[in-house]
Amino acid sequence: MTHVLTSNILEMRNLTVKVSGKKILNKVDLEIPEGEVHVLFGPNGSGKSSLLMTILGIPSYKVVEGSILFKGKDVTHMPINERVKLGMSVAFQNPPVIRGVKLGGILEHLAANKKRIDTLMEKVKFPQEFLERDINLGFSGGEVKKSEIIQILAQDSDFVMLDEPDSGVDVENLQIIGNIINSMLSEKSALLITHQGHILRYVNADKAHVLVNNSIVCSGEPLNILTQILNEGYGWCMKCPKAMKMQQRQEINPRH
Amino acid sequence: MPKSYEDAAKARDKPAALGPDIDVSKFSSNPKVWNFCPITLLPEDVLKRAYEVGIVADDQSRSGSFFQLDHSVTSKAVQKMFEGKVEIMSTSEAIEKYDWMKDYWWTAVKVDADKYTSLAELKQNQGYFIRIFENQKVTLPLQACLFVSTDNISQNVHNVIIAEPGSEAQLITGCTTHPTVNSGLHIGVSEFFVKKDAKLTFTMIHNWVPGFHVRPRSAAIIEDNGVFVSNFLCFKPVKSLQMYPVAYCRGVNSRVSFNSILYGTKDSYIDTGAKVVLQNEGTRGEIIARTIATDNAQIYARGFLQGEHDLSKAHLECRGLLLSSKASIYAVPELLAKAQGSELSHEAAVGKIAEEQVQYLMARGFTEDEATALIVRGFMDISIFGLPKNLENEIRRMVDITATKTL
Repeated sequence: MTHVLTSNILEMRNLTVKVSGKKILNKVDLEIPEGEVHVLFGPNGSGKSSLLMTILGIPSYKVVEGSILFKGKDVTHMPINERVKLGMSVAFQNPPVIRGVKLGGILEHLAANKKRIDTLMEKVKFPQEFLERDINLGFSGGEVKKSEIIQILAQDSDFVMLDEPDSGVDVENLQIIGNIINSMLSEKSALLITHQGHILRYVNADKAHVLVNNSIVCSGEPLNILTQILNEGYGWCMKCPKAMKMQQRQEINPRH
Repeated sequence: MPKSYEDAAKARDKPAALGPDIDVSKFSSNPKVWNFCPITLLPEDVLKRAYEVGIVADDQSRSGSFFQLDHSVTSKAVQKMFEGKVEIMSTSEAIEKYDWMKDYWWTAVKVDADKYTSLAELKQNQGYFIRIFENQKVTLPLQACLFVSTDNISQNVHNVIIAEPGSEAQLITGCTTHPTVNSGLHIGVSEFFVKKDAKLTFTMIHNWVPGFHVRPRSAAIIEDNGVFVSNFLCFKPVKSLQMYPVAYCRGVNSRVSFNSILYGTKDSYIDTGAKVVLQNEGTRGEIIARTIATDNAQIYARGFLQGEHDLSKAHLECRGLLLSSKASIYAVPELLAKAQGSELSHEAAVGKIAEEQVQYLMARGFTEDEATALIVRGFMDISIFGLPKNLENEIRRMVDITATKTL
């Protein structure tokens, strides 16, 4: 993928984040240039989802150091909906069930056009009956992913965060979801979390980052990094000089 | 002197088992007298309030109507195309007209249950009698309005509803006050008889004022294969509201569903619930309650399932949403099994709105207030009741009217 735009849509500078007093991100630096799709790898519990929740502005994720710039604006302490208004969206990994709140109702708020909603439902191959269903109540893994994708399609924001859109999805639906995401991201900037990397069969990503022990320890070409992780596990990441340096820094200044 | 009158006299000072005790003597028995007239000719402010509890002036969307203002019956009519399918009159007329009324009168509800049932007998102020004839399906809803227009009166009505064998109907009852009313007491005794193979859906909407006391006293007797669905909605503040309707599933395969959505605001004291008594083979019962308490509201959400037959089953689901630290919700689910094979179950959950839900909706661009309102509205979603589509739309409209004003 080639891009002529060079300004950053998202910048995280020296970001340290705590939840209930516990450090969950440590001095994270991350830049995503406008129009680029970045991937975030990392073992379970490394802080991948926490990074997304911090960018989104979930209040329990307290930024104790550093800043988040979005489209050049400091959003570090901005409420969620204000950030969303600026042009970011998230497809959640485990969205909550909200009884009585219908998927159709949310989509109407986002798309405000029944015809467009119908088109999106068709595109994602999501039956119309789901519009009348309580959001996420009794949805299967694949249905949750489709519901999330359709919502961010309706949101049509400039920067999209996708938290494991390929987890718990069967092969057939992975292909549908993968192709839709790829088509959507061709015009957007994105940060994509994937555990197994299945989605990268369909999505062209520009750069990957590896988050280990709450810090980004490695960045580079997505498929190269994925291949190494799949072959050698995340232990491979820890062997690189940057990771070792990070580890040393943490040992001197341990987590709370 | 009828025996019911004698029994009532003995219970004149008997406090109710639940709810704050009320000095009933402080309410007047001399309200304004209203003339008999079509609903459309009633004053606009009366119609406006009635509309908020589901009562429409347009008789084309109802199969029949009953309207009572204070102690005066102002309207009772059956739409032409439903004549011969259903009859509507005041209970006083029904007692005069039918000898057999004595077989129903005070047979589901005990006249000496407490001072309120007593008052409904000793100083009865009308009430409606509705009978759906055998094998008749009344496709449009029936409606009954019990309206209080005079301040500080007691309105003591006694209703009897009979769904004859094989019949089917939906009844909307709206109870409310005129905007000038600040205080008063409404006692509503309702006795339901759902005969063999009949289905009755009863939806009651209350819309009171902060100084008003309300004491409904209802019971239903359901015969073989009969189905009784009772829905209750109350969104406006009330001084005190206490009711604990009971349904006796007497016939084989008889069923009952009690559904309620309560929104307690200001200083409201609301103590409501439902009892289901399963007395025969194949009987089923369900109680679904949604309660929301804000400001200083105190809500008791009760439910009682009693299984008296081996092949019976019932479930109780109570969810409460607390929107203020000064409000309270006390969920009291009770199960009593008197037969080994009776399956009774309950689930109850009370708490505040989950932050995760608010944040999720904010991630979709809603403000925090919009997200909260959406969740509360969702909590009050009536589709959980599984009503017929036309009635569901009708009730959704009422919820929208009141919820929009309240939220």
